[in-house]
Amino acid sequence: MVSRVVGLAWRGVAGSVGAGRRVAAVGDRVDMIRNLIEDQPFPPGGGVGLLFRVCTAATHTLAASGAGISMMTETGARGVYAASDPLTERIEELQFVLGEGPCWDAFSLRRPVLVPDLGGVSPARWPMYIPAVQDSGIRAVFSFPLQLGAVRLGVLDVFRRRAGSLTGDELADALVFAEVTMTALLDHHEQATTTGFGDGLADAGEHRAELFQAQGMVMVQLGVSIGEAMARMRAYAFAHGRHLDDVARDVVARRLHFDRDRP
Amino acid sequence: MITVSVQKLATIFVEIADTLVDEFDMLEYMHMITERVADLTETPAVGMLLAGHRGRLEFVAGSTENVTLVELFVVQNEEGPCLEAFHTGEPVVNVDLGHAAGRWPRFAPLAVEAGFQSVHAFPMRLRREVIGTLNVFGDTPGRDFGGDDVTVMQALADAATIGLLQERAISHGETLTEQLQGALNSRVIIEQAKGAVAQARGISVDEAFTVIRGYARNHNRRLTEVANAVVTDPHSLQQLLDT
Repeated sequence: MVSRVVGLAWRGVAGSVGAGRRVAAVGDRVDMIRNLIEDQPFPPGGGVGLLFRVCTAATHTLAASGAGISMMTETGARGVYAASDPLTERIEELQFVLGEGPCWDAFSLRRPVLVPDLGGVSPARWPMYIPAVQDSGIRAVFSFPLQLGAVRLGVLDVFRRRAGSLTGDELADALVFAEVTMTALLDHHEQATTTGFGDGLADAGEHRAELFQAQGMVMVQLGVSIGEAMARMRAYAFAHGRHLDDVARDVVARRLHFDRDRP
Repeated sequence: MITVSVQKLATIFVEIADTLVDEFDMLEYMHMITERVADLTETPAVGMLLAGHRGRLEFVAGSTENVTLVELFVVQNEEGPCLEAFHTGEPVVNVDLGHAAGRWPRFAPLAVEAGFQSVHAFPMRLRREVIGTLNVFGDTPGRDFGGDDVTVMQALADAATIGLLQERAISHGETLTEQLQGALNSRVIIEQAKGAVAQARGISVDEAFTVIRGYARNHNRRLTEVANAVVTDPHSLQQLLDT
């Protein structure tokens, strides 16, 4: 039985101040989401796309009508990468056709954009997007940036046909879906059959600060991008059968140095 | 006894409320709070932790940020004053660390080793919700918060919460999530930048933070913006190294 982590703290704690509540282990929710994704069927058109299965698993878990993943870059290259179904793919595509919508904002603001009721949003916010997406029967949109600090790769969008907020648990699940997706993208594993190798980024637990410091150090050591630096550390950890946070700690302590000539 | 200066306090409350500005930087704001509280209480270290989506308390800002101190914040996901204040929604104050090993077998010895004598934690509350904690470390024995000071400090922590979340401009829980997730990601950017500068300059990550922050201040730029430039643009990193 997977124990449920208290959702976002204020949802978990709200109304229970004074009750005291134990927080479940970090890895439980991540493992649960990974298993959900791996249990999903392969895409109907063939292939093994992991991201398609992220979308179908997210749709199911979050009681959504569909989910889509779009890739975006700083320079403006963008497009729908995966969607749970053809209709959702068209809805996801709308934001790029119209050049506005929650996914644009989530990407540029570097934070989730949660719209539990499209009918309650000022039309001035997305004047073209809101009527268009409502015509498709969508009432709520939740956009989660696929990012890791300064690394931004895209957005995970979750759509619902009924208005209403995500529960604390659903929100926590959605953030883990985004994190798992981010890990796969960093590793260039989007066509993999399983959810990446080795530790997930979430597994670093107590050593998260060191993990990101090491990422910055490896970026400079190798002269690669900050995203690539994480991929290299993960590959190293996997190849040497070590935990990612141990590798990170060695990098920060300067016991381990990544060379340009050696992997 | 810690005596809070009324004059300093008045200035801080004004500063805390002044967040509806165009150039509001959440991370900068959180650092400002920890620095002002350290100054106000004349304590050597103040930190802020916010609850992330995994229910963990994530370290987001410290009046100083050395590795030892950060560990003291991180370990409080298991035990310690912050975890207690977070779960109860009540301040935990005036704990003598020398006699706290029974209560917090892992946290207390670490804190003593780091040179601290006392510890305090104030929940950051928005109405009935607790979004994080403000952690104060003392290094002088006998300097406890009196009853009035605890009230003042808690009011300050609550005001900081409102300022942090720009509550006046928002009306629902979604915005709270959006803002906090944004702040936690900014924290990751800072760590990445610390690593990059530490490597490029051959200095420690603690020293790297001082360099990045100094550069941001001297050039009147936001901390997150400078950190982001350092890790996404080699030219910006070089510019910072050249100063």
